[in-house]
Amino acid sequence: MSREKTKGMSIIVKTITRLTVGLVLLYGIYIVLHGHVSPGGGFAGGVIITLSFVHLVLAYGKDTALKKLSKARASFLENMGAILFLSIALLGFMGGYFFSNFIPKGEPFHLFSAGIIPISNIAISLKVGAGLFSIFVALVLLKLKPTSEKKK
Amino acid sequence: MAVYLLCLVLFSLGIYCILRKRNIIKIIVGVIIAEYAVNLFFILVAYRMGGRSPILSEGATIKNMVDPLPQALVLTSIVIGLATTALLVAIAMKIYEKYGTFDITKIKELKG
Amino acid sequence: MVELYILLIFMIVGAIIAIEVKDLLSSVVAVGAVGLALSIVFLVLKAPDVAITQLVVELLCLIILIRATLKRDLPFSTSGRWFLNTMITIGFIIVLLLVAAKSFTDLPPFGFPIMRVASHYLNNGLSQTGASNIVSAVILDYRAYDTLGEATVLFTAVIGVLAIVRRIGRKKVGEKVKEEDE
Repeated sequence: MSREKTKGMSIIVKTITRLTVGLVLLYGIYIVLHGHVSPGGGFAGGVIITLSFVHLVLAYGKDTALKKLSKARASFLENMGAILFLSIALLGFMGGYFFSNFIPKGEPFHLFSAGIIPISNIAISLKVGAGLFSIFVALVLLKLKPTSEKKK
Repeated sequence: MAVYLLCLVLFSLGIYCILRKRNIIKIIVGVIIAEYAVNLFFILVAYRMGGRSPILSEGATIKNMVDPLPQALVLTSIVIGLATTALLVAIAMKIYEKYGTFDITKIKELKG
Repeated sequence: MVELYILLIFMIVGAIIAIEVKDLLSSVVAVGAVGLALSIVFLVLKAPDVAITQLVVELLCLIILIRATLKRDLPFSTSGRWFLNTMITIGFIIVLLLVAAKSFTDLPPFGFPIMRVASHYLNNGLSQTGASNIVSAVILDYRAYDTLGEATVLFTAVIGVLAIVRRIGRKKVGEKVKEEDE
């Protein structure tokens, strides 16, 4: 077996990860989209989406996960989330004031309801998920080498 | 009342850890414990005796719900706490890289 | 409310273990136990949104802290003015406890909050925002400025981490830098 194959954890962890990582990502998306009718919301869903990628990093090593979502793309997604949230807020001037709920409310207790709240949830989840993933990648890639002994 | 006091004991444990310990990771642990205590205090103030969680359901007319406002504040506070913890860990790892130790009494060259 | 007291005492014991144990990895794992117990406390206190968020945030926090503590030594120094420092700290904490316990008598009693603002949210939230989850309605409609400020703080924290971790130095002419060295 080559060097590349043995990177990461053992084959048991890799097999289980291949089965569960999609489910974790799907559960995060579910939590985000149903944030206004059930417990959850953008914050929790964003962190769950981050945890699915962190799961991939822990099991397969950082190269496989960075191929799926690189650091530059994570930063881009985070900025997109911030800009989306701010533009929703600015579009509220169509209804009269900052953050006004200008989209029709729809029928309550259904998925497509509550005006701007689901779109804001998606923006928040992009922001939180991509931001925390870029923090995690930055901390993982930091290679420590203490230099104080060499100086003295 | 006794619940508030237990929560305050947790907060003072965090303060003790921040003030007394010499290791940077221990100081971060103290910050995390104090933050937990503050979040817990907000939720304790919001609780209503025999209340229900603040989620409406179709056709139900439940009126004795708990206070949703401190829950909303704590929800943002938790995520901010994670981000600031990550910032503290990044600073601690750079200090370890520069000085080779986590002990704050061994760090003498404060000039950088 | 017996389970609330049991969980709170468990959290205090976990915090004492996390503070006093000498191994850094054990300390971090004890903090994880305190955070998971806090998640159950939120669930007992009827706050399911906060409980979900606390659970997943605790996992990510634990992973980051374990990343910071792996393969590190622990120089445990008790030198210096041990007695004086401990006495000053304990005195400070006793003063804090006395003042807080005196000021707690002005709070409403546990279980009977003042809900002047919240009753408006609970009565009119569904008709004004259309969201059946009142907490979601509060953070994204009534008080969306808070969420905007939170997004700003998170953005600043990400910028701070990326700036601290960055390698300092100038690129040579024609030198290719890999992504993991940036």
